[in-house]
Amino acid sequence: MARITAGVATSHVPAVGAAIDLGKTAEPYWQPVFAGYDWSRQWIAGEKPDVVILVYNDHASAFDMRIIPTFAIGCAERYGICDEGWGPRPVPDVIGHPDLAWHIAQSCILDEFDLTIVNEMQVDHGLTVPMSLMFGQPEAWPVRVVPLAVNVVTYPPPSGNRCWLLGEAIARAVESYPEDLNVQVWGTGGMSHQLQGPRAGLINAEWDNRFLDWMSGPYGDELRAIPHIEYLRETGSEGIEMVMWLIMRGALGRDVRALHRHYHVPASNTAVGHLVLEPVR
Amino acid sequence: MSTDIHEYLAELEDIPGTRVYTAARARRGYWMNQFAMSLMTAENRERFKADERAYLDAWPLTEEQKQALLDRDYNRCLDLGGNIYFLAKLFSTDGLSFLQAVGTMTGMRPEEYQAMMVAGGRSPQGVRSIREKR
Repeated sequence: MARITAGVATSHVPAVGAAIDLGKTAEPYWQPVFAGYDWSRQWIAGEKPDVVILVYNDHASAFDMRIIPTFAIGCAERYGICDEGWGPRPVPDVIGHPDLAWHIAQSCILDEFDLTIVNEMQVDHGLTVPMSLMFGQPEAWPVRVVPLAVNVVTYPPPSGNRCWLLGEAIARAVESYPEDLNVQVWGTGGMSHQLQGPRAGLINAEWDNRFLDWMSGPYGDELRAIPHIEYLRETGSEGIEMVMWLIMRGALGRDVRALHRHYHVPASNTAVGHLVLEPVR
Repeated sequence: MSTDIHEYLAELEDIPGTRVYTAARARRGYWMNQFAMSLMTAENRERFKADERAYLDAWPLTEEQKQALLDRDYNRCLDLGGNIYFLAKLFSTDGLSFLQAVGTMTGMRPEEYQAMMVAGGRSPQGVRSIREKR
């Protein structure tokens, strides 16, 4: 049977992708950002997951204002890299796992999570920057990916509690997949940042670190109760992306062990946060 | 979390210096955002750069929206229904990073804004709530 063996949380700042692509990771500004991922790249090389269910948000790339799915699961064979206005990132196409993705989609719909099924789309920095942070710059990505895109752009996004419950439903779906697969769930985006208006540049390290504590602890009751307005007030308008971490955390179950933790301010406008968690059963 | 949409939306307007991308803004800015999406191909970026005004005139935008886009007045664009992830296609066409473009909305000089970020960013103290002045 397929099994969820670990969860990864990470920010997905576009400038981080640019720094990798332009060979700037050793520069003094960027070095402390990337140093926090050295452990994780070694760890994942040993873990060799077969599939990553990668929770991210599309930043007006595959989805524009015509169609706004709250939760969309990618069921394609492969995903091209989109041009976000400065040309596509020079990274390999992302290879999907349509069998597992369709299994999750069908199972979740029966479980009352009505996911939108996407058979053709390109992916943006929200998905590719976490891949680069965890795998570096390979010729081909060493893992298959099931993209799960969450609307956190047009209000209201899903509640944190709904995200957690979706994570639980995804875990049930994975557990009923007959093939023996090593599956990780990644939650991406955040942490505190605001990219708009006179209040832009907001960072709240104290709040972010409490969130990291709660992500690393049992139950998640505090996490699930955080209302949207608190993310907005305390962590900036784009801090709302952190609801996506709760899908990953919900998928890991009640108890987790934190294997690795990293926090750094700033990367561009953003506080970078990163966790590697494993379920404790 | 409130499940009353009226209360929910009222709270979103209570954050200083912030325009949350609500349905009202999304409807107002629909074509401004769709215009921005069109800049995701190199060919359209070239056409836009060759004659910005003519390119904008092909979209059903208000005169105010066109002027805000031509001026790269991003706060004004947000007021008129723009969303930053859509507008990112415009500032990327100009060769600006998020750090450079976002800083223009703060009233700070680029080097001041970047120095603030390196020093740990803007504190939430005093900019959490208009109503509660905290």
